[in-house]
Amino acid sequence: MWKAKIVVTYKPGILDPEAKTIQHALVNLGYRHIQELEAGRYFDIQFDKTLNKEDAESLTKEICDKILSNPVIQKYRYELKEVD
Amino acid sequence: MKFGVVVFPGSNCDHDTYHVLKKVLGAGVFYIWHKETSLRLFDAIILPGGFSYGDYLRVGAVARFSPVMKEIVKYAKEGGPVLGICNGFQILLETGLLPGALIANDGLRFLCQEVYLKVKNSDTVFTNAYEKDRVLKMPIAHYSGNYFADDDILKRLHDEDRIAFQYCNADGDESDQINPNGSKHGIAGIFNENKNVLGMMPHPERAAEKILASEDGLGIFKSLLERN
Repeated sequence: MWKAKIVVTYKPGILDPEAKTIQHALVNLGYRHIQELEAGRYFDIQFDKTLNKEDAESLTKEICDKILSNPVIQKYRYELKEVD
Repeated sequence: MKFGVVVFPGSNCDHDTYHVLKKVLGAGVFYIWHKETSLRLFDAIILPGGFSYGDYLRVGAVARFSPVMKEIVKYAKEGGPVLGICNGFQILLETGLLPGALIANDGLRFLCQEVYLKVKNSDTVFTNAYEKDRVLKMPIAHYSGNYFADDDILKRLHDEDRIAFQYCNADGDESDQINPNGSKHGIAGIFNENKNVLGMMPHPERAAEKILASEDGLGIFKSLLERN
């Protein structure tokens, strides 16, 4: 069976106020070496056993494009893993 | 004239909007459950504020797939007036009826306060009861009201007179310090290409009676009423 691990983040150039706030908080705590911080949403999708790798991949893309990310402001990356 | 106010699970300004249309303006108004698939009866549709589907995933992202939205897209493409207020605006953006997106306020705080807006285009079915550049007082109540669009879209919005409202102060000054949430170009509301779809973050239905300290929002509903 295939599992998709998906991460949705903001596109470069779009200010993510949440990531900026976390970054500032860390720097204020004394972690001075943090130059960039990206925040995002994580999704883990377990497909049923009828899907092969190609099907799982195209379904993952479809779901990401259509629902899990908003292409105006976000990008996504994913990883497919075979599980028992 | 029959208004339809769409009710999603989690809408919470539906009753306020209904009240203003029915009791303050004496208009015909009906609730439309989000599973409805016929909008033939209605002369204008309003997507009210609230937290549809708990705002899970992204604001407006789940409501967009409600059965009624397919009909609303069709209705809007045929020229029917559609007004999205606050969460309604967020849903219209997710649906693609309006361009851009709304992200978290730049101060990362839920803002619940009175703001001033300037009417940038008074020549539409939503704004013709106002004169251009009139300053309106209305409340905002949102966490994700920070309007984002890329430079091409922003240019088009300007060039095509599709900015409906811009944040300003009581004197009409629109400079950056007045912008409450970080919206690009201080945008508080925009139209679609044909100007029959309006999305706005401020709440006109909460500024429609004297007892609520402002009646400036009434003009939007009156503009729609006078259309017929």
